[in-house]
Amino acid sequence: MSQVILETHNLSMKFGGVVAVDNVDFTLKENELRCLIGPNGAGKSTFFKCITGLHKPTSGNIYIQNEETTHWHTHEISQLGIGIKTQIPNVMDGLSVWENIWLSARRYNDVNNANRRVDEVIERIKITDIAKKMVGELAHGQRQRVELGIVLAADPWLVILDEPAAGMTGSDVDIMIEIIQEINRHAALIIVEHDMQFIKAIADKVTVFYQGSILMEDNIDNVLADQRVRDVYLGRKV
Amino acid sequence: MQKINHRHLIIGVMLSVTVMFILPNLIEHYTLSLLIIYSILALSLGFIWGFGGILCFGQAAFFGIGAYSYAVYAINIGESSIPFILAILTPALFALILGAVIFYGRLSDVYLGVITLVVTLILFRFASATAGPEYAIGKARLGGFNGMPNFQTLNIPGMPDRYIWDMDFYYLCFIIIIMCFIGLFFLTRSSFGRICIAIGQNEQRIELIGYDVRKYKTILFAIGGGLAGLSGALYASWAEIVTPNLFSLGQSAEIIIWCIVGGVGSLSGPILGAVLLGLLKYYFGQQSYIDNNLVLGFILIIFVLFLPNGLAPTLSQLWGKVFKRKNRQRKNLNSKRVRMPNKKAVS
Repeated sequence: MSQVILETHNLSMKFGGVVAVDNVDFTLKENELRCLIGPNGAGKSTFFKCITGLHKPTSGNIYIQNEETTHWHTHEISQLGIGIKTQIPNVMDGLSVWENIWLSARRYNDVNNANRRVDEVIERIKITDIAKKMVGELAHGQRQRVELGIVLAADPWLVILDEPAAGMTGSDVDIMIEIIQEINRHAALIIVEHDMQFIKAIADKVTVFYQGSILMEDNIDNVLADQRVRDVYLGRKV
Repeated sequence: MQKINHRHLIIGVMLSVTVMFILPNLIEHYTLSLLIIYSILALSLGFIWGFGGILCFGQAAFFGIGAYSYAVYAINIGESSIPFILAILTPALFALILGAVIFYGRLSDVYLGVITLVVTLILFRFASATAGPEYAIGKARLGGFNGMPNFQTLNIPGMPDRYIWDMDFYYLCFIIIIMCFIGLFFLTRSSFGRICIAIGQNEQRIELIGYDVRKYKTILFAIGGGLAGLSGALYASWAEIVTPNLFSLGQSAEIIIWCIVGGVGSLSGPILGAVLLGLLKYYFGQQSYIDNNLVLGFILIIFVLFLPNGLAPTLSQLWGKVFKRKNRQRKNLNSKRVRMPNKKAVS
């Protein structure tokens, strides 16, 4: 039986009087691919920021591989072997694609191994032709892939992605789907996403967020067939 | 990753040494020594600002601490070698502690500016208020607003009677700045340097990768403090007196202006800014028609409006464009030359 690698107990995050995440109990198992969906303002991104240390939760607990990480800093959480990609491409514009990925590879490798690792990753995510370009010169979809390269260079066992397909064109989305499926052979994934076509293509199990809480958790077909989810997406009250 | 071109480095060093021997024929060596000291000070801020994104409004604090430390240790020890080393370590340690408070406290850039500025002001006030005999460290009296004169200036290590002064002092300053430049050049190309550069560009991404940004910024800040301290120690030996004015806001502002005019993001920019503005200050200081600070302010406005990247990056861009155009012309010429014999062969 698969082991639980990430769980939250009664996780809450408040901004003044606004409750963005409300008593969320969440578990993720080894090699699982979980999509977090929900309408705008449902609390998905805030939940993402809480588990990655970008926000300190107001109450509740977060456990990663049975270790409490509730108040850890982002770099400490990342050092556990977790790859994190934020919603807006978070890259170093003034450095080349190669250098961006090298910084991540160097974190866990010596210089020679880091160089080798960068070449591997660049080939894996199909950006060999732009490897020497400055990231600031690249299109949005390419920047998204560069950031994914940064994430993969550290060889994570858990990858957390916030809207990886946001702003991408059709062919870029197809490549992203391929890359995500490939990552999932070795690592677990949590993907926060809006695009239902994208989710259908990759999702196994889906967690639906609504008003800061989990509305339902099931496989993609059941979620899409559920009347409450439809109502939520159409803006009706549940 | 950018590889180090050793040939360029050797040519650069040889050129610098040639310039070192030519310059005293053009400008008085006493002024040149001061310009080099200012250049090291500018480099200390340019390095942390341009590469690590740390804009410190109080770099003069470390400069002053370096100068005062040198004077205090030199009076107590008598010989200059140990005071010189301690004058670098003391401000570096001070910067390390201050940096740790700022960066581990997760204070934003605005507060970094405010805190460093306030620390400079506090040091200025404190140094000005130490006229009484109770303000002494060992044999060294701090001297209040009048400062501290009569300390041992730089000497050949182990020989307190053999002073390094006049042309020798100029050569020493020049060699030190070349060493600083080479040291920082290698540092920016090391793993540590690349990470610091990346922090300057996107702090959050570096944190998401798993680097402790606070640690890197604190170390970088301490290196900047040590460099400023080094220039302070040289300044103390050059001026043979240290006064609270070293901590003044004017001094801090001037360092920032040097960096803006010269251009941050390169090692040569801050040096260029300090030398050019230092020279201008020197020449304008010899006349009484117009105030020095007005000229400085005017130059700053011109640069911010029309050359926001600063001199060094602009010149480098221009050089790149000219070089590319020449290369293209040469390629075109070569391709024409290749076609000509073919025509002949056909005919």
